[in-house]
Amino acid sequence: MQPSLIDNTAGLEARSQDTICINESHLQHKWYHNFKYLIVGVLFGLAFVKAEVISWFRIQEMFRLQSFHMYGIIGSAVVTGIISVWLIRRFRIKTIYGEPITFTPKKFNKGQVYGGFLFGLGWALTGACPGPLFAQIGTGAAVVTVVLASAVAGTWVYGRFRDLLPH
Amino acid sequence: MLEVIKQPWPWYVAGPMIGLTVPALLILGNKHFGISANLRHVCASCFPGNVPFFQYDYKREIWNLFFVAGIVLGGALAAYFLVNPAPIQIDPRLAQELATYGINDFSGMVPTQLYSWDSLLTARGLIMMVGGGFLVGFGSRYAGGCTSGHSIMGLSALQWPSLVATCCFIAGGFLMANFILPIILNN
Repeated sequence: MQPSLIDNTAGLEARSQDTICINESHLQHKWYHNFKYLIVGVLFGLAFVKAEVISWFRIQEMFRLQSFHMYGIIGSAVVTGIISVWLIRRFRIKTIYGEPITFTPKKFNKGQVYGGFLFGLGWALTGACPGPLFAQIGTGAAVVTVVLASAVAGTWVYGRFRDLLPH
Repeated sequence: MLEVIKQPWPWYVAGPMIGLTVPALLILGNKHFGISANLRHVCASCFPGNVPFFQYDYKREIWNLFFVAGIVLGGALAAYFLVNPAPIQIDPRLAQELATYGINDFSGMVPTQLYSWDSLLTARGLIMMVGGGFLVGFGSRYAGGCTSGHSIMGLSALQWPSLVATCCFIAGGFLMANFILPIILNN
């Protein structure tokens, strides 16, 4: 079945508020098409656990400058990403559905400073950013669901009081 | 082969693999990599209230919930089938510092002496799990992304606001790990 094209310009604006990671596709597919993203997630989760990115100790070593490991991972991931995005742009590579790949520039706001700093505090405290939280739960650390629930609560409180915060 | 995979993966294998997530998601469907957005989608789908920030068509972002479900599954596969039999090696300076706070079990990825149902009843555990989680959720959304959205996707697309955010993540992390965390762990 062919995917249907929908008009979602207004929706895209609402969804992309305060976020970099969104679906910029205009196509709409059956729900089971999403399983391909699950497979990418599995590979990503495997790398997270096997390279010990989800280890609280590795994050502590990183922030104490006691190990190169995490810097190597983030650095080589960024270099891989930069080259990939450059190639996609340079050769106008399309999605597997033939749709052009688009990039929406993000605007600077003070939230990136204040929020970024608060996030950094939480990152070193929990030893995990959002991705590793999911992977930790997968490894059987059930108590991490409390950390994740608190992160959802933090997101909700941000959304509720967003208008009162400097941006 | 399996024995090699069971060893901890070096950075130069895992890093590029993580980086390849960016083009994989773009090519599979013009999806922009980032994980903390899912926390917002959970709010939008389960308890949006009357908050304008949660009034959007979250169904358009269900792909990302499938992606994180994959991360959970990948974590489980690694933990049950690819477990490294040797104990995790940690830097002796860190081990020595943690020992002064009574933390000497380095066997898991998540330190069981800090992260357990029992320690939720202590001030230290509450600050680390509930307080830390809250800061991660609040801070990442306020910043407009987390380590994946800004530091990997944003930097890959050469977005300078993402570089600002990444520098602030690191500044907050350095302050917490070196100056605030020792006080919390001492109690």
